[in-house]
Amino acid sequence: MARSVTTQRKAIYTIVAWGIGLLIFFPILWTILTSFKTEAVAIADPPVFLFFDWTLENYAVVQERSNYMRFLWNSVLLAGLSTLFGIIIAVPAAWSMAFVPSRRTKDILLWMLSTKMLPAVGVLYPIYLIFIKLGLLDSRAGLIIVLMLINLPIIVWMLYTYFREIPGEILEAARMDGASLRSEIIYVLTPMAIPGIASTLLLNFILAWNEAFWTLNLTAVNAAPLTAFIASYSSPEGLFFAKLSAASTMAIAPILILGWFSQKQLVRGLTFGAVK
Amino acid sequence: MGRITLEKVTKSFGDVNVIPPLDLDINDGEFVVFVGPSGCGKSTLLRLIAGLEDVSSGRIVIDGDDATMVPPAKRRLAMVFQSYALYPHMTVRKNIAFPLRMAKMDQAEIDKRVNGAASVLNLTDYLDRRPGQLSGGQRQRVAIGRAIVREPAAFLFDEPLSNLDAALRVGMRLEISELHKRLTTTMIYVTHDQVEAMTMADKIVVLRAGNIEQVGSPLELYQAPRNTFVAGFIGSPKMNLVAGAEARKHEAETIGIRPEHIDLSDTDGLWKGRIGVSEHLGSDTFFHITSDISSEPLTVRATGELSYEYGAEVYLSPRLEHLHRFDAQGLRIA
Amino acid sequence: MATQHSRSAARLMMAPAVILLLGWMLVPLTMTLWFSFRNYFPLRPDREPGWAGFDNYVRFFSSSAFWPSVQTTLVIVGGVLLITIVLGILLAILLDQPMWGQGAVRILVIAPFFVMPTVSALVWKNMFMDPVNGLFAHLWRFFGAEPVVWLSDASLGSIIMIVSWQWLPFATLILLTAIQSLDGEQLEAAEMDGAPVHKRFVYIVLPHLARAITIVVLIQTIFLLSIFAEIFVTTGGAFGTRTLTYLIFQRVLESQNVGLGSAGGVYAIILANIVAIFLMRIVGKNLDA
Repeated sequence: MARSVTTQRKAIYTIVAWGIGLLIFFPILWTILTSFKTEAVAIADPPVFLFFDWTLENYAVVQERSNYMRFLWNSVLLAGLSTLFGIIIAVPAAWSMAFVPSRRTKDILLWMLSTKMLPAVGVLYPIYLIFIKLGLLDSRAGLIIVLMLINLPIIVWMLYTYFREIPGEILEAARMDGASLRSEIIYVLTPMAIPGIASTLLLNFILAWNEAFWTLNLTAVNAAPLTAFIASYSSPEGLFFAKLSAASTMAIAPILILGWFSQKQLVRGLTFGAVK
Repeated sequence: MGRITLEKVTKSFGDVNVIPPLDLDINDGEFVVFVGPSGCGKSTLLRLIAGLEDVSSGRIVIDGDDATMVPPAKRRLAMVFQSYALYPHMTVRKNIAFPLRMAKMDQAEIDKRVNGAASVLNLTDYLDRRPGQLSGGQRQRVAIGRAIVREPAAFLFDEPLSNLDAALRVGMRLEISELHKRLTTTMIYVTHDQVEAMTMADKIVVLRAGNIEQVGSPLELYQAPRNTFVAGFIGSPKMNLVAGAEARKHEAETIGIRPEHIDLSDTDGLWKGRIGVSEHLGSDTFFHITSDISSEPLTVRATGELSYEYGAEVYLSPRLEHLHRFDAQGLRIA
Repeated sequence: MATQHSRSAARLMMAPAVILLLGWMLVPLTMTLWFSFRNYFPLRPDREPGWAGFDNYVRFFSSSAFWPSVQTTLVIVGGVLLITIVLGILLAILLDQPMWGQGAVRILVIAPFFVMPTVSALVWKNMFMDPVNGLFAHLWRFFGAEPVVWLSDASLGSIIMIVSWQWLPFATLILLTAIQSLDGEQLEAAEMDGAPVHKRFVYIVLPHLARAITIVVLIQTIFLLSIFAEIFVTTGGAFGTRTLTYLIFQRVLESQNVGLGSAGGVYAIILANIVAIFLMRIVGKNLDA
């Protein structure tokens, strides 16, 4: 493995990789930059990159037009609680699959994943009806349940792959040491799986945060999260680039910041625990 | 107390019968070693006793109580695993205290017992470290510490030394034997290494394919192996087993002679052979000798001073009073 | 590891997840099946509800929009898979090379995954693909070309591009992780055996990536079969971008024809199952490795 790489080659790789990286990141960067421009500068031809009069005016306008904090709070609640409940339900299931596997374990796991392939639109109306019947339409509780259910297969799968890395002997040791099943899971398995659980939590938080079918179709005002906030900026408001950018930045900033602070777990989580 | 009795215990995984009906008595305070080649069912047998696996049929009795259906946590047995199975997220102190915490013992008593175990095992300076910061031998001692604080009815060891290097293994072997002398608690020890079995056991149980081939003290097994399997398995280097014409001269199907029971001579002897590889250990020399009586080379153990050229012709004289004779089924002829 | 006791505990602990998912699958599915056999217009009191038999199925199937929508769905899924896997492999190999600021580049590359689909669709649609003020229009004009009306003239390609941008990070990251786990000695052995770079790639790197590629295909297909926001926001299903999902959405919500939409839903479920069975076959084999 140890092979000396010439500085020159390393420099070329660095330039190419940074070039491509920035190209991929560019739409996000551009959005953030544009959010600080005036509408006129935002559509200027040729485009202006950094040398313009920075302004916060767009953020003020967006905040005035729609109550950003309420959408944000809804997003945090929906994504956070649905993921949390999902994990609470998935931990025991993943324990069973990882440590007491049977012939059917793999089938059950694949079946769970296959429920994710059911097209949501195929069951939209029934869910809609059920929500009306139960008074869950436009309620946070209803959406938390739905988001938890659609992410549950992924959560179970990820936890299962992480749990499988934990040697069964350690759990057996706990059993020999007199631990009940509950103690075994709470005091031994969970603390050992913290990195995996953190990755699972983060990834599913993001998936729930970005989910845009159920959140758009089952909410109106009270439970509407940031996906609905931003959807209200589709045309014709979308033509006001600076304001659209400000709203977009506000919608994605929390996740980008979260991602920045938890890179390691996220990178691990983003692979869905599927490769090491 | 730690008297364990297995009554007609069997175990099968699906259609595969791992342990045919098996009876075994383990007396209180005994150091019992299960030994056999890999896949012989010795670990499975230990896990059955531990309760980590269900028996397919039969009974396991611990101190007179039927424990067959009792979950592992309630059997009052402690186990030391091959991988040590320490809790990586807990300090050494917490690892050792874990079984006591699970038993809801009060904190003062937990501290007393943990400190006691730590001083016995030379772990006092490491109590606040995590397993990841310890050497293999230290981890092994933590695993033992976790087992002894509970004062269990019996200790179960599952190949505990196989992850240690050779020098440490000898040291830990002594420490475990020492511990047994001090605690006088029943210990059941699984290994594939017959040296460990010979040096540590009060009683050795030799297993093959789930069957008990022989039960006895190390010397009984060495001096009077019940069949060719035990004869070949116990002792290092292995006993020379010779079948065919030469065996029939001694009214047996197979004869066995240990390497130290053959004398070499340049001039005369019962068998004639040619020196192959010589292994000089200093104290002893092992000669591997090809001969007409057997397709396998014979191993001879001689004093360290003796030396032969490769290919030299020698004569071998087995001491006939130490000759083991086996019949067509491989069973010992008394 | 498995005693009777732990096996029954395992069954008990698996129950909540299994029951919830079973309910989540069966209850709405049964209702969808029921509606699909009925004439049902909840918001149009003038039209009588009643038993429809297979009418809805026949009408949905024979509607001129059906096959194109299936085709669109498959083209989008296939196109995105192809682009993300090919570019993902190239990008992963690049990122695996020695360079300065590898971690930072990786962050730049995975960032699009965190952008919610509604946002990325809006940003691409307006700020990049707008034929008058979009950045692409500026760029085209700079080179003296006539700006492309992306979302109507190259609608399908545009959507594939937007979705690929969102999913490229995921593919790259999985493939990069897999490449990093490749044993360097294997490549050196091949080099010693005289294999040139491209042969080393074909015979050693690619087979090593098989499992990672399977995972990418599986997970992306799960999400891509049901993309919605990207179409909802950009074309609204016009210009040949109406996927099966979107077609059903229109039948149910826009025309309020729940019966017809439900029949479409059943078709979508069947399509998903065909894809699922196909995928599970491959994955089931590769999952244990």
